[in-house]
Amino acid sequence: MIEVRKLVKTFGRKPVLRGLDFSVPEGDFVAVVGPNGAGKTTLLRILASLARPTLGEVRLAGRRLPAEAGAVRRILGVVSHQPLLYGDLTAEENLRFYGRLYGVSELEARVEQALETVGLRPRRRDLVRTFSRGMQQRLSIGRAILHEPLVMLLDEPHTGLDPQAAAMLDRVLAEVTGEGRTVVMTSHDLQRAASLANRVDVLAGGVMAASVRKGELDPAELPALYRSVTGA
Amino acid sequence: MPEALATPYAAGGDRPVAGYLRAIAAIVRKDLAAELRSRELLGGMLVFSLLLILIFNFALELDARTRQTVTAGVLWSTFAFAGTLGLNRSMALEVDRGCLDGLLLAPVDRSALFFGKALGNLVFMLLVAAIILPAYSALYNVNLFLPGLIGVVLLGSIGYVVVGTLLSSMAVQARTRDILLPLLLFPVVLPVIIAAVKATSGLLQAAPPEEIRGWINLLIAYDVIFTAVAFMTFDYIVEE
Amino acid sequence: MEPMPRALKALNWLTAALFLGALYMVFLYAPREAVMGDVQRVFYFHVSAGWVGAVAFLVTAIAGGIFLARRETKWDRLAMASVEIGMVFAFINIVSGAIWARPVWNTWWTWDPRLVTATIMELIYLAYLMLRQGIEDPDRRARFGSVYGIVAFISVPITFLSIRFFRTIHPVVIGSGDPTAEGAFDMTPRMLQAFMFSLLTFTFIYVTLLWHRIRLARMTEHVEQRRMQLTSA
Repeated sequence: MIEVRKLVKTFGRKPVLRGLDFSVPEGDFVAVVGPNGAGKTTLLRILASLARPTLGEVRLAGRRLPAEAGAVRRILGVVSHQPLLYGDLTAEENLRFYGRLYGVSELEARVEQALETVGLRPRRRDLVRTFSRGMQQRLSIGRAILHEPLVMLLDEPHTGLDPQAAAMLDRVLAEVTGEGRTVVMTSHDLQRAASLANRVDVLAGGVMAASVRKGELDPAELPALYRSVTGA
Repeated sequence: MPEALATPYAAGGDRPVAGYLRAIAAIVRKDLAAELRSRELLGGMLVFSLLLILIFNFALELDARTRQTVTAGVLWSTFAFAGTLGLNRSMALEVDRGCLDGLLLAPVDRSALFFGKALGNLVFMLLVAAIILPAYSALYNVNLFLPGLIGVVLLGSIGYVVVGTLLSSMAVQARTRDILLPLLLFPVVLPVIIAAVKATSGLLQAAPPEEIRGWINLLIAYDVIFTAVAFMTFDYIVEE
Repeated sequence: MEPMPRALKALNWLTAALFLGALYMVFLYAPREAVMGDVQRVFYFHVSAGWVGAVAFLVTAIAGGIFLARRETKWDRLAMASVEIGMVFAFINIVSGAIWARPVWNTWWTWDPRLVTATIMELIYLAYLMLRQGIEDPDRRARFGSVYGIVAFISVPITFLSIRFFRTIHPVVIGSGDPTAEGAFDMTPRMLQAFMFSLLTFTFIYVTLLWHRIRLARMTEHVEQRRMQLTSA
């Protein structure tokens, strides 16, 4: 589903990604972890077609980025650590807006469904301004699944959430990703990543330094592996 | 490549033009709905405009004689300054909370995003004009309800808003955002101001029609040229 | 450190020689103008500086366009260098205009369309620089600069036309009644020669300075790179 070969991304003269190889088969849930500034967000932005690769090949569902970005965007659902929601609009108005923007059919039904899935039906008529961060993140997921994307990209979605809100987010994530979607999630929380995903990749030094499938390694040994690979 | 794109999307496939127009409409609707709630943008522009007219009253000593000659200038100066408030605010909403990414992720051409924002800005500007013109009329007993005047306001606003939206999308991403927009905008939009003032003034003072025609033609030419330029360059501003 | 190319060294000498030649032409070879006197000699440098200011702006706009198409840093470097130099010449244009106007028309400023447009162009230059200064990311800075360069350049001729149209309706008492003439006077063949020579000289000065400025920019980037390498190693 996702194929990345020798991806290089430089900002000015500074290289962030140095020939990264990354591959995600259809239906897989991969977590990408790494130290701050390693390039996790950069990688995600490139996959989301929000940034261009400097060199290298990126394919999503067989389509090349950035050339065929338009087609790729239809099947992408992106959740950033910013909720991408308008504070002065209500929850359902926000969803309706994105639905219209994406040309989603049967808009009302889908908005209903999305609100239900993320557990925000009772707050549908409330201004997003009044939502807690956890609720905004959940609504953001609702926004991202409105057009039934085949691929979901999540950039450190648990940032700024207290344990309760994070747990609720995990429940929503489990439901949303269980539908055969391909998911890539970046995180700096190793344990959470290991429990949610069925593969954990470590991004360090601008390339994928390690890749561990669920069951291959005892979760307790992950931190050690992480430290050895990132030199932390 | 899974062809299962048909399901969530509007029946009849996704005809590019329909999607394009739908996106523009969605953005305008969204901006209007948000503004209806907060009323910050319109409120700010209106109050600022009225204050400017007040200042002009004392600065220019708008007595009955000078009023006729100076009205057009006062009105368009007011629109030009108040307009920057609206432009900045409208773009800041998108850029500050990262919502611009939300727009960029949508499977529509970038220019649709531009036209959506520009159209929204135009509506706001016309709304402000719709309130300021009668207000000025009443305050100074000048008849501004001439049919040609509406046309001039529309043409002038279009030129202003098209360039303003384009430049504000850059200015809002700079550190010096508030100062920067007027600096970037005013030299470029000067022909619009000149033409709009002269056309308005001509209409108010019943100048020869060829003269007014000349200014209107200039406005139309400017609008067409810069809409095309904006259409071609907006992509480069938002694509990283 | 790249040594100065021989061509540039030669250009330095040539430009210096041309400038001396121009000084001779303007102050000695060209005759004294009948009505305005010696102050008219400012005209040669005034117009040449204005010409360079406009050409520099055109170069910036085109370089910006090429940068957007090719995304090669060297085009942005050219655009930026051209702006810096163009700004100086535009300023010379404005100031020399004032120097000329004062004794001739007893005013520091004439609302002549060309002069006003030249001033607006200078303001656009300044806005361009302020835009770039306010952006941190180098790629974004270059992109925004390119877009503004193009947009602003297109607006300048339109501005000129609108001011001229404005003037045909409101002829200004200062200066001649014809709004399209800027202190018109008839040019004798020697004056014309001096004028063309100044134009040529200033163009050479522009190109020489541009080349030097681009070299300087390249060397500055090298230094920055080295510094980054050393501090991160």
